[in-house]
Amino acid sequence: MSVEQFLSLTPSPVLSAIIWAVIIIAILYLARSTVHAALRSVGGIMHNALRLGSRSISRAEARLEDRNREVLLATGREAKERVIEREFERVGDSVDKDLSKYPALRRRLNEAIARIDEDHQSAIDVPPSPPGWTKAVEVVAKIDAPSDYMIGNILSDIHKSLVKAHNQAIEEYRKASAVRHKILTGMMPQWIKIQQTLSSVTKNIDSLLKRSRAIDRHMKEYEDIVKGTDRAVQTLSSSSLVQFFVSALILVVALGGATVNFSLIARPMAEMVGGTNFIGSFRAADIAALVIILVEITMGLFLMEAMRITRLFPVIGALPDKMRVRMIYVTFTILFLLATVEAGLAYMREILLQDELATSAILRGDAALLAPNDFQWITTAAQMGMGFVLPFALVFVAIPLETFVHSMRTVVGVVGIGLLRTIALLMRVLGNTFRHGATFLQQLYDLLIIVPLWIEHMVVGKRNKSASQFREVSL
Amino acid sequence: MKIRILPLILIFLLTACGEPVARNTGAYLLLDTSGTYSQELEKAEHIINYTLTRLGPSDSFAVARIDTGSFSEKDIVAKATFDDRPSTANRQKRQFSEQIAAFTNGVRSSPYTDITGGILQAIEYLNEKEPGRKVIFIFSDMKEDLKEGYIRDIPLELDGFEVVALNVTKLRSDNVDPQQYLDRIEDWKTVVEAGGGTWRVINDLDRLEKLLDG
Repeated sequence: MSVEQFLSLTPSPVLSAIIWAVIIIAILYLARSTVHAALRSVGGIMHNALRLGSRSISRAEARLEDRNREVLLATGREAKERVIEREFERVGDSVDKDLSKYPALRRRLNEAIARIDEDHQSAIDVPPSPPGWTKAVEVVAKIDAPSDYMIGNILSDIHKSLVKAHNQAIEEYRKASAVRHKILTGMMPQWIKIQQTLSSVTKNIDSLLKRSRAIDRHMKEYEDIVKGTDRAVQTLSSSSLVQFFVSALILVVALGGATVNFSLIARPMAEMVGGTNFIGSFRAADIAALVIILVEITMGLFLMEAMRITRLFPVIGALPDKMRVRMIYVTFTILFLLATVEAGLAYMREILLQDELATSAILRGDAALLAPNDFQWITTAAQMGMGFVLPFALVFVAIPLETFVHSMRTVVGVVGIGLLRTIALLMRVLGNTFRHGATFLQQLYDLLIIVPLWIEHMVVGKRNKSASQFREVSL
Repeated sequence: MKIRILPLILIFLLTACGEPVARNTGAYLLLDTSGTYSQELEKAEHIINYTLTRLGPSDSFAVARIDTGSFSEKDIVAKATFDDRPSTANRQKRQFSEQIAAFTNGVRSSPYTDITGGILQAIEYLNEKEPGRKVIFIFSDMKEDLKEGYIRDIPLELDGFEVVALNVTKLRSDNVDPQQYLDRIEDWKTVVEAGGGTWRVINDLDRLEKLLDG
C-alpha cells in the first residue's frame, strides 16, 4: 500500500492524513500500557541478563586474579629460593675455601710471630759494661806524687791502655749494633707477610659479611613472598612484565640468528635431499634444514638443563649427578657434530653458489665474471665460521626461553584479567543502556500520543477536583 | 593432551602423504630454420640460454627445429630433464648450451615451414613429461608453408599449455599489407585458444624476464 493510497481515503489528502493520524494516535493510546509493559520487560530482561553476565565475568576475573597471584608468588618463591640457595652455596664455598686454609694460616702467623719475637730478643741493645779495672785506675789516680817519674809513666801507660780499650769497646759496640740492625731489617718481610695474611682474612670476612647482608635482604623478600604481601605481588608483577619483554626481545634476536643459520644450510640441503621434493607445501630441503636447527636448539635446551642453568624439565634436573654429567657430554657431542655438519654445509653452499654463478655467466656470455676472486676465501671462511658458531650461540636461547615461558603465564593472566574486566564493564554499561533506553522509548512513545494524554490528564484532573470538592462538602 | 595432539599429527601426515603436486616446468622451444629466418638463430641461442638460467631442478627443456616435416623426434636438437641436485642441473645446462651452440653454427635452412607439426611434437613431448606447467615457445615469423601432401588440418589439444610466439618478424609482404601480419597472428591465437591454450607474443627481446612469467 503506497502513501498515495493512504492519502486517498477522502478527496482531500490533508483530511485523509489527519484521519489516519487520529486513528494511529488512538490505537497507540489504547496500546500504551501494553507497549510500556513490553518495553519495561525487554529493558528489564536485558539489564538483568547483562548484569548477571557481568557479575559472572567479574567472579571469573577475581578467580583469575587469585590464580595469577598464586602463580606469581609460586614463581617468585621458586626464583628467590634459587637465589638464596645460590648465595648459600657461595658462602659455603667461601667458608670451605677459607676455613680449610685456616690451620695453615694460623701456623704461618704463629711462625712469623715467633720469628719476630726471636729477632726482637736478639736485637735488644745491651750497653757495654764498664771495665772492672776502672776502680784500680781511680785508686792510682789518687796517689799524691805528681812529680814521681815512675808513677807518671804508669799513669801514662794506663791512659794509653784506657784509650785503646775505649776504642775497642766502641768498635765492638758498632759491630753489635750493625748485627742488630741487620736482624731488625730481616724482620720486615715477616711483618709484610703478617700484614698480607691479615688483609686476606679481612677481605674474606668482608666478602662473607657482604653475602650475609645480601642473604638477609633476599630472606626478607622471601618472607614477604611467603606471606603474600601486596608489595611482593606488585614487585613480582612488574618484574615479570620487564622479564617478559626483555626475553621476547632476545628471542627475536635469536630468531634472526636462526634465520641466518637456516639460509646458510637450506641451499646445500637441496643437494642432499633433492631440490624439488615437497612435504605438503614445503620443500623437503627447507624442512631438513629447519629440523637441523630445531634439533640444535633442543640439544641446547637439554645441555642447559643438564648443567642446571635452566629448569624447564624437572626430570633432567632431578637426574643423578653421574647421569647428568653423561648427558652434558652426549648433548655437547651432538651439538659439536651438528656444528661441524653446518660448517661443511656452509662451505658447500659457497661452492654451489660459485657453480651457479659460473653457469649463469657462461649462459649469458659474461666471461669476465668467471675471473677468479682472490678474496673469495674470506667469504667462505666467514660462512663456515658462522655455520660452526651459530649452533653454539643458539644454545643460550634456553635462558630467555625459560624466562619467557615463566613470565608469559603472568602476562597472559594480566591480559586476561584486563580483558575480563573490560567485558564486565561493557556488559554493565550495556545493561544500564537497555534499562534507561526502555524508559527513554516509553517517554518517546508518550510524546507521540501527547494530545490524548493531555486530554486524559485534564479529564482526570477535573474528576479528581470534583471528587475532592464532593468530599469537602460531605465532610 | 595426547588426544588433542593426535588428530593434528594425523592431519599433517595425511596432508603430507597426499597426491604429489607437480611444480616443475616443461618448456619446448620450436626454432624456425626456414628461408631468411635462419639468420635470426643467434637471437634464438640467446633466448635459449636465458631460458636455461630461469629453469631449475626437475624442469624439462627441449629445443626442436621447424623444417619441412616437424612432427618428428629427429627434429629435437637438444633435450634435458634437469636433475634434482642443483650442481648436476648446472652441469646439464652447460652441456645443453654447448649442443645448441653447435647446432646454430652448422644449421642449414629448410625450404618449408611446418609449425603445426612442431606444435604437435611439443604437445606429445610435454604431455609425456607431465610437468606442472607446460610452455611452448615458437621462435618464428609464424608463416606456415607446408609441402604439398602434408596434412596439418587437425585440431590442437592445448589445454593447460601456454604458447608464446617469440620474435615474430614482419615479412616483406607484411610491409606492403600489414593486415596480413595481424591476420596471421590472430589466426594462430584463434587456433591456440580453440585448443584450450593461452597465447602470448613477445617481440621485444630486451625484456626476456617476461618469458616464463605467468
